Amino acid sequence: MTLLARSQGRLEVKQFLRSREQVVFTLAFPAIMIVVFGSIFDQEIAPGVGYTQYFVTGMIGTGLMTVAFQALAIQIPTERDRGVLKRFLGTPMPKWVYFAGKVLMVAFIAVLETVILLGVATMFFGLDLPDSGTKWLTLLWVAALGITACTLCGIAFSSVARTGRSAPAVVTPVALILQFISGVFFVFTSLPGWMQNVAALFPLKWICQGLRSVFLPASFGTQEPGGSFNLPTVALVLGAWCVLALVLCLTTFKWTTKRDG
Amino acid sequence: MEPAIRVRGLRKTYAGAVAVDGVDLDVGQGEVFALLGPNGAGKTTTVEILEGYRKRDAGEVSVLGVDPAVAVGGHKRARGWRDRVGIVLQGTGEFDELTVGEVVRHFARFYPRPDDPVAVVERVGLKEKADARTHTLSGGQKRRLDVALGIVGRPELLFLDEPTTGFDPEARREFWQLIRDLQAGGTTILLTTHYLEEAEALADRVGVITRGRLIAVDSPARLGHRDTAEATVSWRTPEGALERTRTATPTEVVADLAERYGEVPGLTVTRPTLEDVYLDMIGDAA
Repeated sequence: MTLLARSQGRLEVKQFLRSREQVVFTLAFPAIMIVVFGSIFDQEIAPGVGYTQYFVTGMIGTGLMTVAFQALAIQIPTERDRGVLKRFLGTPMPKWVYFAGKVLMVAFIAVLETVILLGVATMFFGLDLPDSGTKWLTLLWVAALGITACTLCGIAFSSVARTGRSAPAVVTPVALILQFISGVFFVFTSLPGWMQNVAALFPLKWICQGLRSVFLPASFGTQEPGGSFNLPTVALVLGAWCVLALVLCLTTFKWTTKRDG
Repeated sequence: MEPAIRVRGLRKTYAGAVAVDGVDLDVGQGEVFALLGPNGAGKTTTVEILEGYRKRDAGEVSVLGVDPAVAVGGHKRARGWRDRVGIVLQGTGEFDELTVGEVVRHFARFYPRPDDPVAVVERVGLKEKADARTHTLSGGQKRRLDVALGIVGRPELLFLDEPTTGFDPEARREFWQLIRDLQAGGTTILLTTHYLEEAEALADRVGVITRGRLIAVDSPARLGHRDTAEATVSWRTPEGALERTRTATPTEVVADLAERYGEVPGLTVTRPTLEDVYLDMIGDAA
């Protein structure tokens, strides 16, 4: 069974790696963004703490959201339109194997993309990598939980767009707005209070907050809403999104188009 | 022996419009059954209910002894049902960036007793294309890949929904041979098609469906009383005029003509083709 899921995951990764322009844009995008932003804002936000240190957290978060949420919410309706899903449905393949394949593909891309981003930021923009095992561990679980939540949300959201053609129009604004209100481009606490409250309902804000605890000195915790990085709440909110999105996936996922009945 | 497919009183409506209106159908084990009918007659709806893709509104359906509606719900009684059924849909999705061999190998893993993927690729005539990306295939080659994916699990029952649409004549002949081989191996086949010569070449029995109703079921040779229908005898008179007459006793007519003219110019004796009786039937029903 898990063998089948691995095989499905390999197939998905293979398909991704073979569409060259997709590979280049997906993997390089966060790194390009760090080059742009790192070159514009090269001042320090505190003595000894460069702007990159803050911005990298937003870029990791937004990168995870893009490959997990945005990409799947667009890719799945396209596959549904082309009848790929209908074809799988007509085989004895257990349905979860399809989702597992997507999760494995997303995890593969997300890890690769994040490594490239951290590499570029460290080499050219003076990023200090986490200096303790605890911080690396936090990075790992925040990323893992964030990827899972975003992947499941992406699969769930794939049922919103009725066709592959309309999917980008439906998904892109959601992703873009979340980036602006979740502290990816601006310092989160400088946003209006109501905006912070809205952002706090969604995963991206919590992913970024968790990542800030990894890349910023502990003293910065006091500047967070609530006066600390509040990692238990990060875990709780992301976990809750995983559960909610999983329920949505299982109850609302569409294998066929409307035309197929 | 229990039929492979048994349907009684099948009904399906879409938003008030009746798509399938009381269809009864039996397909025996090992039989090749062709469903004929104009577009929108209810062929695909019927077949997709049997395949488990659509829910029915009323009627009984048994496919390999299992109700497809139950099978799709993942019910315990129906475990393994999908293993035994092969499906070739109308126009299915491609895996653009994968090769023919990769896709067939992957699908083989879904089944408990799959055929050898290499042999399957060869059987559908894609041996030379085994390492080609699927998006480089022609329309007919893509259709063969669809068939490969439908048979790689060694199904007892194979659904083929308009399998040869877009084939050139040679490719169609090759495809027919593939179907005959499958039939010889004991596979039951339910086929929908627009091509009457395809039904005639392959099917043990054909069913004509129009406006959601199955209006006739018979062997291709006997459909619409073709075998006993009046024959048309035509010939040319010495003046060159074309004469024709419809008769139940063509042999007698030809004997008379031979006596009158000796060698009869332009003599033909024809019975209605499958196409003639089919067009009559759907014309009457409309």
